[in-house]
Amino acid sequence: MSMLNYEPKYRVRGGTLVGGDLFDFWAGPFYVGFFGVTTIFFTLIGVSLILWAASLGPTWNVWRISIAPPDLKYGLALAPLREGGLWQLITVCAVGAFVSWDLRMIEIARKLGMGLHTPIAFACAITAYVTLEVIRPVLMGAWGNAFPYGIISHLDWVSNIGYQYLQFHYNPAHMIAVTFFFTTTFILAMHGGVILSSLNPPAGEEVKEGAHEDAFFRDLIAYSIGPLGIHRLGWFCAMNAGLWSALCILLSGPFWTRGWPEWWSWWLNLPFWK
Amino acid sequence: MLENRARLKDRPGGIEYQNLFNRVQIEGPLHPGPPLAAGSEPRSFRPAFSWLLGVIGSNQVGPFYLGKLGIASLICGFIAFEIIGLNMFASVGWDPVQFVRQLFWLGLQPPAPSWGLRIPPLNQGGWWLMAGFFLTAAILLWWVRVYRRARALGMGTHVAWAFASAIWLYLVDGFLRPLLMGSWSEGVPFGIFPHLDWTASISIRYGNLYYNPFHMLSIVFLYGSTLLFAMHGGTILATSRYWAEREVELAVDRGTAVERGALFWRWVMGFNATFESIHRWALWFAILCTLTGGIGILLTGTVVDNWYLWGVKHGFAPQYPRVYAPITDPGYLRGSVAQP
Repeated sequence: MSMLNYEPKYRVRGGTLVGGDLFDFWAGPFYVGFFGVTTIFFTLIGVSLILWAASLGPTWNVWRISIAPPDLKYGLALAPLREGGLWQLITVCAVGAFVSWDLRMIEIARKLGMGLHTPIAFACAITAYVTLEVIRPVLMGAWGNAFPYGIISHLDWVSNIGYQYLQFHYNPAHMIAVTFFFTTTFILAMHGGVILSSLNPPAGEEVKEGAHEDAFFRDLIAYSIGPLGIHRLGWFCAMNAGLWSALCILLSGPFWTRGWPEWWSWWLNLPFWK
Repeated sequence: MLENRARLKDRPGGIEYQNLFNRVQIEGPLHPGPPLAAGSEPRSFRPAFSWLLGVIGSNQVGPFYLGKLGIASLICGFIAFEIIGLNMFASVGWDPVQFVRQLFWLGLQPPAPSWGLRIPPLNQGGWWLMAGFFLTAAILLWWVRVYRRARALGMGTHVAWAFASAIWLYLVDGFLRPLLMGSWSEGVPFGIFPHLDWTASISIRYGNLYYNPFHMLSIVFLYGSTLLFAMHGGTILATSRYWAEREVELAVDRGTAVERGALFWRWVMGFNATFESIHRWALWFAILCTLTGGIGILLTGTVVDNWYLWGVKHGFAPQYPRVYAPITDPGYLRGSVAQP
């Protein structure tokens, strides 16, 4: 039940980071492990707190539910539950759940004799989240600088913070982050497309393999990075999208407080052409 | 449940498992490429080795299929590039130092609103129209080329259709939406900072694009594509010890790399794709990013004048208190924007 026909031979003990054999078992298709237990722990508490905080708000409209961080006047202190304290607890649970999930991925990768590329990539996403919700607010001296939990309200936060720096698109780290997002999506389309076009040739043609994939991109743009290289490039660009996003918001506030268009004046004022 | 009594003997996770770079580069015979379908021209340029590229990917560069379409596309692209570059150069009085200094700020702007859809003199937006025409010609010719290169190799045309989705967004931004709005001035200027300014101002003018549901979808697919490539690229690299990069072979004849990759995600999140279906997820996420984005921009200003008020009307955006007194659009005072 819930096992693939080749699965039993892979379900072996060992490879755990913490807890030895104690949590080394599966529940349905899911691997549990020590970090599965901590993931469930943080997720159940966190989701319950979200529901509680939402119930205190004015609406159950899913777009408009918003759980805000404490007011700036609380600084980095603990706030009363109804005035941002719930947001603080939810954030603790979120970080706990994300980190547990990542460590659980490491245990599963070890069990399957795999590299750690996916947990490392997920760590970049966690870094971006922690930068927004913990590191930047701490550097700026108040939890109130973090974004609220809500669909529309977090978009409003992004919009408002963007306009605090006049034109956020001029933030050089933001430019690089967006470039990585677009590039990743672009090469994902090329990679997904070429594999499907090899596997699904026109009627009467045989399925194509690596030599044809390489030839397609060599014919088209003179270079094919190859079947292994494309996964390196995609993995690298995807992680960089997250990391440069984290950097672009970390710079805004703690390290740069004016409009981003103004930042570029160093370039215009270089001594040899000023 | 654990049905297997075996225990993992070796504790994996050492550096041998972390495929980051090619440690060995093979410099065997270079591949000229499989034969092309009848009617094709011969390939151009002899292939060559590149040690540097070989560190992360294939170390073979070329050959390249030029063809008539390729030549036509490159010429059109070159003309567009030159029109844009020379207009920028002219805008700093042909001063090469100022050209480099101000390069990010320089742009080629579309015609002013008063021109509507008429064709203005070259120095009042005519060059913008001409650059757009040649750039569009280059892109469309390149699309035909992508389609025909796939067919010449007996492959499906999936890449061409993904490219078509990106072209859709490009045409909406620079051509279709200006057409519907009745003014070339709505088009995107060429230039680094100028096109970023366009992006910011269309959002402000039409009530904040974040409330546009198609913009939301587009961002979801952009981030989703990045997530998918992190997951997929990571999985293949992590199982490259087991030959995972030979994806087509493994899609038709499963090996241990497929089994480990599938079980990894099954054990992590209870679900796994297959070696074929992950590429369908990939292609569709990427296609939908620009497809939904294009719909969102096409509706902006044509069907919906203010996305925030649209969101309030449909109940997903909250009604915020009015903090400032109403202000008049400066465009009305200048006469460049019609009174509502």
